[in-house]
Amino acid sequence: MFHGYLPMILDGLRVTLSVAVVSLAVACVFGLAGASAKLSHSPVLRGLAGLYTTVIRALPDLLLMLIVFYGGQILLNRVATAQGWGYMDVNAFAAGTITLGFVFGAYLTETFRGAILAIPRGQIEAGHAMGLSRGQVMRDIVIPQMVRHAIPGFTNNWLVMLKATALVSIIGLDDMVHRASLASAATREPFTFYALIGAIYLAVTTVSILVLGALNRRMSRGIRSEARA
Amino acid sequence: MTMLNATDIRKSFGTREVLRGISLSAAKGDVISMIGSSGSGKSTFLRCLNFLEHPTQGQIALGGQVLACKRDRNGDQTVADPAQLRAFRARVTMVFQQFNLWSHMTARDNVMLGPIRVHGLSRAEAGERADHYLSRVGVAHRKDAYPGFLSGGEQQRVAIARALAMEPDLMLFDEPTSALDPELVGEVLRVMRSLAEEGRTMIVVTHEMNFARDVANRVVFLDQGVIAEQGCPREVLSRPQTERLQGFLAAQAA
Repeated sequence: MFHGYLPMILDGLRVTLSVAVVSLAVACVFGLAGASAKLSHSPVLRGLAGLYTTVIRALPDLLLMLIVFYGGQILLNRVATAQGWGYMDVNAFAAGTITLGFVFGAYLTETFRGAILAIPRGQIEAGHAMGLSRGQVMRDIVIPQMVRHAIPGFTNNWLVMLKATALVSIIGLDDMVHRASLASAATREPFTFYALIGAIYLAVTTVSILVLGALNRRMSRGIRSEARA
Repeated sequence: MTMLNATDIRKSFGTREVLRGISLSAAKGDVISMIGSSGSGKSTFLRCLNFLEHPTQGQIALGGQVLACKRDRNGDQTVADPAQLRAFRARVTMVFQQFNLWSHMTARDNVMLGPIRVHGLSRAEAGERADHYLSRVGVAHRKDAYPGFLSGGEQQRVAIARALAMEPDLMLFDEPTSALDPELVGEVLRVMRSLAEEGRTMIVVTHEMNFARDVANRVVFLDQGVIAEQGCPREVLSRPQTERLQGFLAAQAA
């Protein structure tokens, strides 16, 4: 039915998932840093974080990807030439994951910021009032509750990001979309292969929703009358 | 023996001076109730005592040991040594109006966290201590429940157990019954009365005049950021000297 292309497509899925997972990790780092900066006392940090989320969210992901990939390439080579290192190539996997991570970090900044603000101030105060250190309040009170508040927004961002990995095929990364386009060109059966990867995306997102939903229910033990999606 | 000594506590929010020089000392076993109309500064004063609010001026000492302070960027005082403040707070615990239990932990875990983190107890030791204080306040049967599933009175008693489990020298109560339905006030007041009877040192901001009269050994009436009257509850409450306190008591009785 797939003219023997199925293994190749599934190998593309491996690339897609690795891009998505690494990008998510990068996005969480940017998101946590961004949220901390937005909630900090320093006007400079708040300003930088505000600039970051405003600019990133205003530009199309594809445009940002092209800017980082080609712009980054040129910048890197200018620096490399000036330093006498010779020609350097931007690795497509690195460029893709850094760009996606940087872009979705901006969305996660807002998700995490909202999640921290949703924790009742009094609960944090109660921790300080009995002599817990800042780190202990963070670890025992803030983070467990922040995770719970962040799960719905986080799930959304993850799904959108998973689909956005299709953009990395543009900068030459051999992901599932790229493999499907090769297979459909070779067999002249585009519908077969695009429908196949559509079904695979659907399967992956469905599993994600189920897993994150279960996590949400687990983290919401003890919470009454709150939406348990 | 003097436990807590607060000297000339002042606090301004912007240009508004909320506390205008309040001094208070509590000896071991004292139960001091602080009364006053809302806006008189009584909660702010209580929160200055454990530095949840940074006083603009003044000095706080526990057992003769002064909390070292420096100025923060707002011109308020902040502690010079965070470790000293943490040790201080572990000995002066607080019960809040809104209970402030950690909603992601069971009642028992709420009580265990402080002893584990601050006193370095093992989970087993902290669990035993938690069970002891939860039964002390009469909510042992609810120990595995999350705060969201407890009544207000139960939540406040768990919060009292949480404060007790630190085995503090002094307990601060910030309007502990004000957020409760009227039928639940009694169970919390009974617990507080029994704590007073076992000789604990307590400072209680309250609107419960019966508690102030019958349980406290000293009542302090705050008005516009200063102590307007203080003394033995029976005298102060039955023979108020100032017009402000007379008015306040009349309004409470009405």
